[in-house]
Formats: sequence, structure tokens, C-alpha cells
Amino acid sequence: MTRSATTTWRRVEVVLAPVLLGLLALAAWEAAVVVLELRPFVVPSPSAIGAELTGNVGIIATAALSTALNAWWGLVIGVVGALVAAAVSAAVRTLDEMSAPLAAAAAVVPIVALAPVLYTMFGANVQTARVAIAAIVSFVPVYVNTLRGLRTVAPVHRDLLRAYAATRRQATLTVTLPGALPFFFSGLRVATSLAVISALVAEYFGGPVDGLGKAITSAVSSSNYPLAWAYVVGAVVVGLLFFCGSSGLERAVLHRRSGR
Amino acid sequence: MNTPAPTRPTAPSAGPADAPAATGTEAHAAPAVEVRGVTRRFSSRSGEVVALSDVDLTVRAGEFVSLIGPSGCGKSTLLRLIADLDEPTAGELAVFGRPPRVARQNHDFGIAFQQAGLLPWRSVRTNVELPLELHGAGRAARRARATELLEMVGLADFAQHLPHQLSGGMQQRVAIARALAERPSLLLMDEPFGALDEMTREHVQTELLRLRAETGAAVVFVTHSIPEAVYLSDRVVVMSARPGQVREVVPVGLGAARDRSDDVREDDAFFDRVRAVREALHGTDGTTPRGVDRR
Ligand SMILES: Nc1ncnc2c1ncn2[C@@H]1O[C@H](COP(=O)(O)OP(=O)(O)OP(=O)(O)O)[C@@H](O)[C@H]1O
Ligand SMILES: [Mg+2]
Repeated sequence: MTRSATTTWRRVEVVLAPVLLGLLALAAWEAAVVVLELRPFVVPSPSAIGAELTGNVGIIATAALSTALNAWWGLVIGVVGALVAAAVSAAVRTLDEMSAPLAAAAAVVPIVALAPVLYTMFGANVQTARVAIAAIVSFVPVYVNTLRGLRTVAPVHRDLLRAYAATRRQATLTVTLPGALPFFFSGLRVATSLAVISALVAEYFGGPVDGLGKAITSAVSSSNYPLAWAYVVGAVVVGLLFFCGSSGLERAVLHRRSGR
Repeated sequence: MNTPAPTRPTAPSAGPADAPAATGTEAHAAPAVEVRGVTRRFSSRSGEVVALSDVDLTVRAGEFVSLIGPSGCGKSTLLRLIADLDEPTAGELAVFGRPPRVARQNHDFGIAFQQAGLLPWRSVRTNVELPLELHGAGRAARRARATELLEMVGLADFAQHLPHQLSGGMQQRVAIARALAERPSLLLMDEPFGALDEMTREHVQTELLRLRAETGAAVVFVTHSIPEAVYLSDRVVVMSARPGQVREVVPVGLGAARDRSDDVREDDAFFDRVRAVREALHGTDGTTPRGVDRR
């Protein structure tokens, strides 16, 4: 077998192996539900969930879109805000020292716990509170990581730019920003999944009746467990899409600059 | 020190890449480097270190001077002072008759550090182009110059590679090419060949001599290898540690750089100079300094 054929087969294997494992797990799950006669509120069978999923694609997609939009706008606002704040903190050291404890505090506060407060603040019939939560949640990791990246300049690079009398602007563009990029992306990766999770969980605490979180609670309260699980599948899809988006962007940017 | 700054041809950084190399070194009235009574003390919680104590050194324009001495005797510190990356506690320095700060802002020197210090996200080519880019050279000129330099250090085939795809020695060669990018009239090099294998090392040494003969650049070269210092230099400055001082200056004079070929390495004169430097290093007190490679 040629080398390239071998590597192609490897790639197929990489995809195939987890798919196969997943199918096996589903089969085992189905078998367990049937054999052990599990009740749907304990866990419904994959086939029941599948049936609900195909039967309600439209409403599940609508709910998913609503949650995804909240997560998306929260992420955008949070990331832009974090970048601006990191840039300012990097430029003004005292500001950085002042904000460091705040950022650390924000990192440990479970922001979704603020949901009820924010609903009363912004009104329970608009999405603002959910977007705000997703924004605050995604702000923190991006801010912390980017700032660290902006502060991490290798001494030899600093010397190099100084020896060549680079202006502050040149130093920022040629060394500081490119060096901070990988840090930013690792923050973004965390922020992306947190934004989706928090936008969804925020729905449990109130607000308008659209969205996956709301749909899951209402399906459970009307004892339609397979439907609730079908919405969970929708949440998984949204989470995956966000994850793929951010890691795709990361790969595209970090790869392109290394590819040239 | 008070002589008016000579009108030195500015480094042809912004000009086309094929601009003539820095014209005759004789044009410089002022020496390339002048160090007068320089002391550098570092104080830290654990005490005070006198890295350099009352050091005097003059490097004429176009002259090749090596600094050799035990580890920690202040060679890198001296180089950093010349490059205005650090400031002396006492004493004065001048580069082409001007304060190091002015020389730095005029792009009077190229520098290669003990570590290669390449930017990991830039290709080999764009790393070499960096000084030209910072000083506003045009794209075409940069490309042409980088191609020429990579050819010279034997890395033409690696122009598009990233630094991490290169061996340590290859990275060092890229760093050397970068230091030469602007045809500086002064080159500051801190153990640039430390990471090279013996064969590449000899090759790059000969290249450096050729280049220097072409450009007439003055070189301050830090090394731990006595034969390397002798082969390359017009004068070898032997330093001693704690505190860092100039112990002796050994003139070498193995002929003009352009005539010096590999054969010199087997010359009696060469061995004689090697012995002289070694004796200077070991000093009269008979102690053997550590950290000196006596190959
Ligand atoms: N930034 C610094 N802070 C404190 N001490 C320093 C600093 N830089 C250098 N020193 C001290 O100054 C002395 C000289 O250091 P330097 O790096 O110049 O030595 P060197 O001759 O280049 O040694 P080597 O051959 O090992 O590179 C050392 O004792 C070192 O500990
Ligand atoms: Mg050193």
C-alpha cells in the first residue's frame, strides 16, 4: 500500500472509529431500555427520541435558533468588549492591576445565577438578559487570556525590536499582536462553549417562552420525556456548531499565517 | 568623543537592495565603538554583581574584534551596552562617535543574539526581511535582499519554512542573515555560531569573513572558542570574570580578511596566536577559567 493510501485510510479510521463506537453505544442503550423495561422518565429509548426528533424538526430548529442567536450576540458583544478591555489594560498598567482581581472574581462567580436579577432589570419579555449573561460569561476567558498574551513578549524579541528602533506601533503589530493570537483563541474556545451553555441555562430562570431551555422544561413538565431529549439533541447540535465555528476560525487563522 | 559626528553614509535600508555596499570604512573618522571606563553593576535582593568594571575598548571602523572570556565575565552585558539595550552604571560609550541611543535610532548596527530569537509565526524569509520592513524598505527590495542573504547562508530552499521546522543551527543562520540585512557598518554578534556543527561553523565563519571584506563592516564578536576568535579577528579581547575586566588584548593579524582562507587554520602563525590567546585566558596566576571551550 502506498504512503498516501495509508494516510487516507488512517483519516477514515479516525472518523469511522468514533462513529462506530457511537452506534454501538446507541444499540446498547436501546437494548438496555427494552430488556430492563426502563420507564421513559428514567431514560427514553433512542428510537423514541429519534421519532420525536424527526416529527418536530421544525419547532426544535426554531427553539435552537432562538437560543443560538442569544449565545451568538452574547459571544460577539463579550469578545469585542474583552478585546477592547484587554487592549486598554495592556496599554495602561495601573488599570490592569486594578482590574486583575475583578477578572479573577468574575471567573468564579456563576454568572447564570444572576439571571433572575437580570430578568427584573431588563424585563422578562425580552432576550436582553440572556444575551447579557452570555456576554458576561464569554467576556471573562477572552479578556484574561488575551491580556496574558499581550503581556507575554519574549525578552529576546523585545531586545530585537528595540535594537532595530521599532516604534511602539511597529512592535505591537509585528510582535505583540501575533504573539497574543494563540492566547486569544484559547480564550475564545472556552468562551464559545460557555456562551451556549449559559444562554440555554439562563432560560430555566424565566424570560420569554422561546428557546431550547424553555422547551426542555415545558416538555418535562408535560411528561413528554422523549421530546425533552429531542430538544437536548438540538442543544448538542448548537453546541457542536459553535465549537466547530470557533476551532475552524482558529485553525484557519493560525494555520494560514504558518502556511505561507 | 567631542569630534563632530562624521557624515556617515546612512545604511542603505530604504534604498534598493542592490545599492552599493557601505562605502569605504576609511570614511569613518570616529571609531565604530568606543568604550571608556564603563562599569555595569546589577543589584538584586541576593546582592550586587559587578558585571563589568572599568572597561576600556576601542573598535576601529571596519575592524573585527572578538570578546572571549569565562562564562559570566560580562561579554553579553558589554554587547548590550553597545547596542543601547542597557545602560552603564558609570562610564561612557560611543558608536561611530555618537551615543549608542542615537546610533540605534539611526540603524547603525545589526545584531545577532545568543538565541536566534526568530519570530515563530513568520517564515524564514520574512524573518530575514524584518529589519528592512521596520525601516520602510519596499517590498521588492526586501525580497531581493532576503533571497540574496538566504542564498549566502545556504538556506535558499527553506525560505518558506517556519522557524520551528529548522534545526537550531539553521535558525542561527537565519538570525545572522537578518543581522546582515541592512548591510550595517557595525555588526554585534553574541556567540552566533554556538549552536552550529563544526563543519557548518567553519563554513559560516569563512562566509562571515568574506562578507565583512565586502561590506567593510566592523564586528564585535562574542565567542567561547579560541580558534574561532583567532581565525576571524583582527584583535582578540580577553576578559576575566568577577569583576568583568579586559585582561589583555591579543593582536592577531593573519592578513586581510579577503585573503584569509581555510588554509590559515593550519598555519603556524595561527597556532601561535591560539597559544597567545590561551595563555592570556589562563592568566599569570595559573587558574583555569571555566566555561571556555579550548578546542
Ligand atoms: N539583567 C541582569 N540582572 C542581574 N544580573 C545580570 C543581568 N545580566 C547579567 N547579569 C550578571 O552579570 C554577569 C555577566 O553576565 P553576562 O551575561 O554578560 O555574561 P557572559 O560573559 O555573556 O556569559 P556567557 O558566556 O555565559 O554568555 C553575570 O554574573 C550575570 O549574572
Ligand atoms: Mg553571554
